[in-house]
Amino acid sequence: MDAVESVQRDSELPKQRLSESVDVDDTPTWVVYTPESPLRHPLRLLRHMIRDIVSGRELAWRLFVRNVKAQYRQSVLGYAWAFLPPVVTTGVFVFLRSQKVLNFDAPGNYTVYLLVGIVLWQTFVESLNAPLRMVSGSRAMLAKVNFPREALLVTAFSEVVFNLAIRLILIVAVFIWFQPGLPPTLLLAPLGILALIGLGMSIGILLVPLGLLYTDVGRGMGLISGFWMFLTPVLYQPPQTWPGNLVLWLNPVSPVLSVCRDWMLLGNTLYFTGFLVVTAVSLLFLLPLGLVMYRLAMPILIERM
Amino acid sequence: MAQGDVGISLEDVSKKYCRRLRTALWYGVKDIAAEFSGRSGFSHRKLRASEFWAVDQVSFQVGVGECVAMIGPNGAGKSTILKMINGLIKPDTGRIVLRGQVGSLIELGTGFNPVLTGRENIYVNASILGLSRNMVDQRLDEILDFAEIGDFIDAPVRSYSSGMTVRLGFSVAAHLRPQVLLIDEVLAVGDVAFKMKCFRHILSLINSGMSVIVVSHNVNLLSRVTDRALVMDGGRLCFDGALSEGSACYQSLVSPQIDETGCVTDKDQARIASVELINDAGDPQQDYWTGDTLRVRMLFTTTECVLGARINVNVDSPIAGLLAGISTPLTNFSFDIKAPSTVVELLLPNLPLLVGNYLLGVTLYGAEPGDFLDRRTPACAFKIIGPKTNSFGFGQSHIFRLEHEWNLAKL
Repeated sequence: MDAVESVQRDSELPKQRLSESVDVDDTPTWVVYTPESPLRHPLRLLRHMIRDIVSGRELAWRLFVRNVKAQYRQSVLGYAWAFLPPVVTTGVFVFLRSQKVLNFDAPGNYTVYLLVGIVLWQTFVESLNAPLRMVSGSRAMLAKVNFPREALLVTAFSEVVFNLAIRLILIVAVFIWFQPGLPPTLLLAPLGILALIGLGMSIGILLVPLGLLYTDVGRGMGLISGFWMFLTPVLYQPPQTWPGNLVLWLNPVSPVLSVCRDWMLLGNTLYFTGFLVVTAVSLLFLLPLGLVMYRLAMPILIERM
Repeated sequence: MAQGDVGISLEDVSKKYCRRLRTALWYGVKDIAAEFSGRSGFSHRKLRASEFWAVDQVSFQVGVGECVAMIGPNGAGKSTILKMINGLIKPDTGRIVLRGQVGSLIELGTGFNPVLTGRENIYVNASILGLSRNMVDQRLDEILDFAEIGDFIDAPVRSYSSGMTVRLGFSVAAHLRPQVLLIDEVLAVGDVAFKMKCFRHILSLINSGMSVIVVSHNVNLLSRVTDRALVMDGGRLCFDGALSEGSACYQSLVSPQIDETGCVTDKDQARIASVELINDAGDPQQDYWTGDTLRVRMLFTTTECVLGARINVNVDSPIAGLLAGISTPLTNFSFDIKAPSTVVELLLPNLPLLVGNYLLGVTLYGAEPGDFLDRRTPACAFKIIGPKTNSFGFGQSHIFRLEHEWNLAKL
C-alpha cells in the first residue's frame, strides 16, 4: 500500500506495511504530500519505486491469477485461444506459399521458421500492448484505491509470459513433429525472448501516460502493429540488400526477433550487434525512463479518470 | 493541538480542475512534462483558462483518535480532499501531513471480477487494499460471517444481488486497520440491518484510536459518531466547529434561495404577495431558540374578493423532509381576502424544533376543495440557533424537542 505515484512522501522512519499492521500502531510514521515533483529527490524516488515494486508482488500475482481465471473460465476453447492465432496465421501463409502466391524462402522447414517467427512477433505485440491495456482496464481501481501501481505492470508482464508459455507448448509440438534439428544456442533463446518482451514493454510503458489521456494512442498502436509485422522479418528472412535491409536498420524489433529465431533454429546469427544495441537501449534507457514517467504521471492521470 | 497529537494536517491545500475535457487532457500532457522536468510545484499557483479551484486554500487538523464529519453540497470539494489525503492525486498548493497509513472505505469491492466466486474475489480485493494472503486466511471466517452471504460465497459474483456484492466488499474493507481512515458515504448501502452492523463496526474502528474523516449528507447519522464538523462550500472550508452549528450552516447552503421560489399563480386570482417572519415589534426576524414563538405575516393581494379562503402552512427541513402541516380550517379560522390586499398572521408558540434550518411553505386555496389559488414553497426560512444539542447521551438531539418525564418505577 505504499505506492503513491510520484506524490512525494517523506517517511524517514521505517514504514509498516498495511498488510502487517494488525492493530493501530503507536510508532509515528509520517506521510507528507506536497506539489513538488518527486524528481527533485531522485534517490528517494528510486527507493520508493523499488519498495513499491517489491511490495506489489503479491498484488501483481493476485491480479494475474484473477485475469487468467476470468479469461478462461468463460470459454470453451480455453487455452487454445493462446495458440489458435499463430496456428491459423501460419496455416494461411504456408498455404499461400504452397500455391506460389508468395515465394518466401527459409533456411530449413518454412512452417517451423514461420511459426516461430509469428509466435515471437505476437509476444512482442502483446508486450507492447499489455501495459496500456492493463492500466486502462484498471481505471476504476486506480481512481479509488491507493495501491502500488507498478503491480499492474508486473501483472502485464506475467500475462505476456503466461501466453508465451502456452505457445511454447505449440512450438515444442511442432519441433517434435518436423524434427528440424535444433542447435545448442536454443538454450540462449529465453534470454533473447526476454529482450524482445523488454523492448515491447519499454515502448508500451512509455506510451501509457499519453495512451490513458488520449484513446488515439491505443487505436494507433493497433493499426501500426498490423502492418509493422510486414516490415519485420517474420514471414521472410531478413533482406541483406538495399533498400530491403532498411527493415533491419530502421526497425528495432528486427534484430531482436531475428536473433531469437536464429538462436532457436540456426545456431549462428548475423544480427547480434543490433540485438545488443537495441536491448541495451530498451532495458537501460527506455524502461527506466518509462517507469519514472509512469510513476510521475499517475496522479495527473488519476485526476482525469 | 500539539504536534504529537495531530493525525491529519492540511495546510493551505488547493486543487484546481479544468471544466473542459479536451483542455484538461492537454493540460495533463503539459503537467506531466512539467513534472518530468522537475518544475512542477511552482507553476501550479495560477489558474489557466477553463480552470477553477475545486479545493481552495483549505487548512484543518484532525487529532489522533479524533473523528470529524465533512459535510457540504455536491461539488463542494469533499471527495477531492479525500483523494488528496488518500494520496491518489497531488495538491497544487500547500502540504498534507499524515501520521501513519491511510485506509479508505470509499469504494467497496474494488477489483471484483463477476466471473470469479466470492471467495476468490475476497483475495483479489484484499490484496488491492493491502491485506496479504496470510492476513486474509486468518480472518476469512470473520469476513464470511460479517458478509452473511452463506453458500453464495462459492458462486460467481455476477449471481449476487447488488446488496450482496456491497456486503462482501464492506466485509473485506472493514478488516483493514489503518491509522488514518477515510469514509465516504459507504453507509448508504445495504439493508437496514446490515447498515446498522456497518455503523457499529465503524464506531468500533473510530473508538480504536484512528483519525477519521467521514463524508456524508446524512447529518443525523453523523451526530452519532462525531461532534465536530468541517463544512465545505465551493472548494472552501466555510465552517470548522461543533456539528450542530455546522449542520445548520450546511442546511443554509443546501436550502433553496427564497428569491428564486417558483410562484404558481394566475394574474387575476388572489395571490400570496409576501410571507415574512417578524418579531413582536414588527421587525423581520430569522433566528430563534427552541421554545420561542414564530410570528408569520402573510400578505395576500387580489382584484376580486375571495370568500372563505383557506391557507395551508408546511414546515420543511432540508435534511429531514416535511415535518408538519397545518391549515386554517383546523382551528375553524375563516377569513375572506378582500381587494386589494389582506394580511393574516400565524402564531406558532413554543417551537419544538431543535437547532437547524427550516423552511415554511404556504399554499392558498378558495372555499371549495378544488379551489387552488397560489403556492410558495419555500415562502420563508428560519433558523433555530440554540440551545446546543448533544447526541452522546447528555442532552437532546435531532429535529424535535420532546416533552418528557423520567421516573423510577417499581419492579
